[in-house]
Amino acid sequence: MSSPSASVATPIASPSFRISQITIWRVLSLILLFGAWEIAGRVPISIAFPTFFETMSSLGTMIIDGRMAKAYAKTLEPLVIGIGLSTAFGIIFGVLMGLSRKFQWIGEPIFIVMQAAPMAALIPLVTFLYGIGVAAKVVAVVILAAPIIVLNCFRAVRNASPSLIQMCQSFQGSQIQVIRKVIIPDAAPMMFSGLRLGVAAGFIGVILAELLITPNGVGDLITYHRSVAEYADMYAAIFSIVFFAAVTVGLLEKAEVTIFRPEKKGAA
Amino acid sequence: MAIAEQNTIPLAAPTFSDNNIVEVKGVSKFYEPDIQALLDINLGFPKGQMTTLLGPSGCGKTTLLKIIAGLLEPTEGDVFVNGQLVTGPGPERAFVFQDFALMPWATVLRNVSFGLELRGMAKDERYEIARRYITNVGLEGFGEKYPHELSGGMRQRVGLARAMAVDADVLMMDEPFSAVDEQTRRQFQEDLLNLLSIEKKTVLFVTHSIEEAVYVSDQIVLLSPRPGRINKTVRPDIDHAASSDEIRRGKNYLDSVEEIWHELKGYLE
Amino acid sequence: MKIFGFQIPSVFSLLIWAGVWEVIGQLEWVFIFPPLSGVLIELWDLVGTNAFHKASISTLKSFCYGMFFAITGGVSLGFFMGRVDAANKLLGMWVNIFASAPLSSLVPVLILLFGLGQTTIIVTVVLFAIWIITLDTLAGIKHVSPSLIEMGQSFGASRWNLLYKILFWAALPEILAGIRMGFIRAVKGVIIGQLLVSIIDFGQMFATFSRNLYMEEFWALTLVLFVFALGISSLIGEMEKRVEYYAGVRD
Repeated sequence: MSSPSASVATPIASPSFRISQITIWRVLSLILLFGAWEIAGRVPISIAFPTFFETMSSLGTMIIDGRMAKAYAKTLEPLVIGIGLSTAFGIIFGVLMGLSRKFQWIGEPIFIVMQAAPMAALIPLVTFLYGIGVAAKVVAVVILAAPIIVLNCFRAVRNASPSLIQMCQSFQGSQIQVIRKVIIPDAAPMMFSGLRLGVAAGFIGVILAELLITPNGVGDLITYHRSVAEYADMYAAIFSIVFFAAVTVGLLEKAEVTIFRPEKKGAA
Repeated sequence: MAIAEQNTIPLAAPTFSDNNIVEVKGVSKFYEPDIQALLDINLGFPKGQMTTLLGPSGCGKTTLLKIIAGLLEPTEGDVFVNGQLVTGPGPERAFVFQDFALMPWATVLRNVSFGLELRGMAKDERYEIARRYITNVGLEGFGEKYPHELSGGMRQRVGLARAMAVDADVLMMDEPFSAVDEQTRRQFQEDLLNLLSIEKKTVLFVTHSIEEAVYVSDQIVLLSPRPGRINKTVRPDIDHAASSDEIRRGKNYLDSVEEIWHELKGYLE
Repeated sequence: MKIFGFQIPSVFSLLIWAGVWEVIGQLEWVFIFPPLSGVLIELWDLVGTNAFHKASISTLKSFCYGMFFAITGGVSLGFFMGRVDAANKLLGMWVNIFASAPLSSLVPVLILLFGLGQTTIIVTVVLFAIWIITLDTLAGIKHVSPSLIEMGQSFGASRWNLLYKILFWAALPEILAGIRMGFIRAVKGVIIGQLLVSIIDFGQMFATFSRNLYMEEFWALTLVLFVFALGISSLIGEMEKRVEYYAGVRD
């Protein structure tokens, strides 16, 4: 139950007490889901539903025999390139649109359309232009990740604190100085959170591309093991990518708090 | 004069007597692990009078008010209202919030009648009562407006009308004027005193403004911070029937303000 | 942008992009971009076909079922987590993980468990939409001003009264925002699900069009889906504006 707020200072627990509390809840939370999975697998709810421990042992085998490493190398390469490209787009278009109403007029609607629309529908087309290599996957990542990154950069720049900008101008800062020394740093936290959302979208894109068009990487591990009915291996691949994405996004979130929002540390 | 008579009643607080509608006995409040918000508070609130809890931020005055309201539980000690032990909120007490706590999706009329709505009173009946109190606080004709269409001072008038509408004996006000500007605040203080002279409520008032406390109160309880403790009780002995200017220039008013300021200065370090 | 002193709404910039598309198409630079005019003519024919009608009705059905479960499930889960601290601590981590997980990787499992039919699509929609609705509802509940809750308590509101007279309304702006995001994600989910199942509805049409290089048909279908997605998100955006008048009072 949430207790009614008090006007008095909230209790400040000692750090060690806090950490152990959080750890206990984390562990309970893991046990809850994995336990449910194990039970559902033992019942079993379907022949195509392995238990948690079967899946984990498959995961261990796949990590040791190098299948995972190979697949991840194939998957991460286009993801990293795609996110890099999207970030570059994001900063260039975002800053242009944020600073100039003309660019905003021409650019904002099309990016909003791209962000709201099911761009995934276009992935089957990508293969006609870029075949089934890395390039096709990069494009898949970019079309899903770029719109959200661009829009976040744009909004970040547009919402940069007017009083900070006026402060810089009052000290005779040039336009370039205002952009470099005030607008970009002030916009950085929001740009970074756009990057985080973009990475999450990029994961969806790269896996979708691997499932639909290019037969390699983690997506192919899923498809292949399904086709030969090695369900534990298939679930292990899925588990690994969900876990990997969660850790990546989680680390980005942590980095965001540590680098840009020290005031939120601990509260987050 | 009615007011002068009231002042002659001997009330050297904190004493427990039949005269007190609210009694606080040995109340302490701790927040885990070892933050003491209030320590051993013993206090009586005389019926029909305005008692102010005054102190710097962090002295637990709002906490004490919320304990009396039944919104917070004391770690130790008891609160009695009309001789009954307080275990939660009750119909004989009504609360006025610092941030107004108006429901932004409801009209002024519905906001004012909300306490009655929760008691299950029929719509026509509760709206009629609400309309009367809306008029009393000077908001006639604003019944169909929404809170966001009102100024800060008007919003708090809605909060006051809502608390009045349930016809509670005890009105509890948690820094009710801190979110409104100074001129509105003074006007509001005067209106509040006028209203109370008609309604005859017991008022528990929390503020950090010395002038406000002296201006409106019959009795002022000074709380010192960390942990919140009662340090002193002051009775300004002000004739509330006098005009605002007379009060603010009167000797009692100025002396009390000075006395309290000296006392509070001692809490800073 | 102003032309001759008139402020032109920025949606009209989309017309310029449409023009660019038409030019690229006419120049025949890349065969996957046929001229927009051709696509629009094809669109007109497409929406008249039986296959399209069948596919839209069935997709809309999966979509509505999915959104129904996602909204009821997401809002109740959000309320539950918002009011019961233990539930929040136990489930919060998972809801956050699933909200940003590459759910496209889960669709193959759904196909295994639920077959190559509508059930899989419905479950995909739920999976894509429910987490963001839960998170936003939770945020809404957590942001309800404590004094509003105390106000209810001080007038003796029961738990139920507190829930449906105060909490629900106070959290409504966030809940609607979550539902709007849920709708956007659900449209993406329904398409991803159908692309991967690939033998029903729009998924089958997409597969046929791209296999046979019917580019005009392919784009026509894409345009229809884009318009649908935008239509839905602006519709809910309108609803949000209606309740926005009190959202500002929040802080």
